[in-house]
Amino acid sequence: MKSQSVSFKGLSLQNIKNIKASNRSSGSRPFNVIVHKEIADHIRSWRLIVLMGLVVLTFMASMYVSLGNIRSSVGNTNDPDHLFLYLKLLTITDNSIPPFHVFLSFLGPLLGISLGFDAINAEQNGGTLTRLMAQPVYRDNLLLSKFVSSLIVVSSLFLALALLMIGAGLLLTGVRMEPQELLRILGFVIISIAYVAFWLSLSIFLSIKFKQAATSALMAIGIWLFFTVFYQIVINLVVRSVLPDPALLSQGEILAYNEIILGLLRIAPNQLYTDATTTLLMPSVRSLGPITMEQMAGAIPSPLPFKESLMIVWPQVSGLIAATVACFALSYYVFMRREIRS
Amino acid sequence: MKDPIIQLKGLTKCYGSLKAVDDLNLEIYKGEIFGLLGPNGAGKTTTILMMLGLTDPTSGTAYVCGQNATSSPIAVKRKVGYMPDSVGFYDDMSALDNLIYIGRLNGLPEEQLKARATEVLEIVGLAKDMNKKTATFSRGMKQRLGLADVLIKHPDVIILDEPTLGIDPSGVKDFLALIKELSRQQGLTVLLSSHHLHHVQQVCDRVGIFVNGKLMAEGNIDTLSGNLFGREGYVTSVTVEQPVAEPLPFEQDLMQWEAVTRISVNEKSLEFTCSRDITPAIVRFLVEKGYDIQGVHRKDYGLDDIYEKCFENNLTENTSNEKSVGFFQRSFFTKYKKY
Repeated sequence: MKSQSVSFKGLSLQNIKNIKASNRSSGSRPFNVIVHKEIADHIRSWRLIVLMGLVVLTFMASMYVSLGNIRSSVGNTNDPDHLFLYLKLLTITDNSIPPFHVFLSFLGPLLGISLGFDAINAEQNGGTLTRLMAQPVYRDNLLLSKFVSSLIVVSSLFLALALLMIGAGLLLTGVRMEPQELLRILGFVIISIAYVAFWLSLSIFLSIKFKQAATSALMAIGIWLFFTVFYQIVINLVVRSVLPDPALLSQGEILAYNEIILGLLRIAPNQLYTDATTTLLMPSVRSLGPITMEQMAGAIPSPLPFKESLMIVWPQVSGLIAATVACFALSYYVFMRREIRS
Repeated sequence: MKDPIIQLKGLTKCYGSLKAVDDLNLEIYKGEIFGLLGPNGAGKTTTILMMLGLTDPTSGTAYVCGQNATSSPIAVKRKVGYMPDSVGFYDDMSALDNLIYIGRLNGLPEEQLKARATEVLEIVGLAKDMNKKTATFSRGMKQRLGLADVLIKHPDVIILDEPTLGIDPSGVKDFLALIKELSRQQGLTVLLSSHHLHHVQQVCDRVGIFVNGKLMAEGNIDTLSGNLFGREGYVTSVTVEQPVAEPLPFEQDLMQWEAVTRISVNEKSLEFTCSRDITPAIVRFLVEKGYDIQGVHRKDYGLDDIYEKCFENNLTENTSNEKSVGFFQRSFFTKYKKY
């Protein structure tokens, strides 16, 4: 080590001057550079491979089950959705395993958390954050590129799965696809990406807030567990103890209370996601809240057009995106003026 | 004098009630090697972070290369290379890839990247290891890679935070020689912080001694010793063979010399404090008086003494503070008891 430095010193010092004169402005922008590097890191990381494998496996399992039941379900004329073959592929099951979108409401958060929980603190602990921040790079560029690179990876995974499913369906059944179905499936993919994006931005925020990667991971998983398991239980308990006995209430009051309960449940992001995906994938779902008999009277059980379904889930989608943006804004706020020390 | 390339004006940084950096004024000129010297926790790293806009000063401003580091950090970071004290690399990438990544972030043109990265690796002497993963690198190699990392962007100023930390003595010597050579050949301005005074003494043109967020002294080694020991002047100590009687039989004669300010006797050794260097005259005088001189020593103040002196002042301050705290506590408790 020592001797090398001595022997090379004289050789190359002159050249530096020459290059120094040449321009420094060309070359790609820092944002793209970081995104490239982050995507490369993700693709090579074991945790992404494992999680992707998990997602692909559940996808294949649910596809296998739904393909086995597709004949009976398409033949079931009582079901207004029975002609949407490709949507059926995504949703039907013989109850041995849940359909793919339910799987995804569990795996999506895990995917988001695993991609984001050590985004900033791993760099900080490795001493690379100071080095990175000493380069002419805006801090928001770093945050945004971490977010965008993970999102690109997730989006391409989901999009590839959806397209694979459509292609396999075409090959196996030979049934023509309705344009509406394609739109619904793409909508499903986009909502799934938004759902993962929420957990991703939450875990990036936690990775800024907590110095240890383990703490932020546990924290994120804690929040996830709370929302998927405990939140509904807590709401039910509170509702039972606080609200009056339904037997003593008029129908209008019961409806009003139901609205409140649903509203509370929809604070949980997985509730938003399940609502949105079921509406999109089952065209006959016409409302996410309770419907009175008067509203139902005269309604023909038929699938809604895509636009109407989209109108129903729009509040859910905007809620998810708003939560994502809020988390991102928070992490931006925390990170921008922070002192960076190793 | 030339225009300063780094100019700190009234820079202050508080963490709660603790003042990490206290009203710091400092100017560093183009092409010089400046050493920021101080014990751990003196505020060196905080100062450096403020120069790069990595943390905001509570008050005051830092100008680097003519830019305000707090309001336009990107412009500063384009021209300044910074090596943090515990430099880290992406472990799963090779040394070359790490450098290329940093080069890309600095907007170096894609076609020059690889050549440039190889070149700086050669300068720091890591050409042989450039395709190894950085996880396998030793501390010294990482430090060298850190220097390459700083050089790849063609900086005007390089700031090195504790660059000698954790390297073995011969490695330190090489590393410092490399820094000095780079600075001289390319006209780089170097600011390096350290708590190891000997390292700083070897390469720095000027040093600033930093204790508890304050710059205690600043200048080259000579001025520093002049500043700190000025009131004491030059000290010559002479050792003689036989013990000397006290007081000196001829003390009156000597005190009449205008240069001599103080004489102290300790058995066989005599210590003369003078306002200028009159060692030869003292020796001649003693020889004439018939003393057998064994040794003459003129005290030279190195950075060591300067350093110690600074800390000494600081230490006494601290203990006196503690005492007063204790006093207040005591009086508080006695009052409390009365109630």
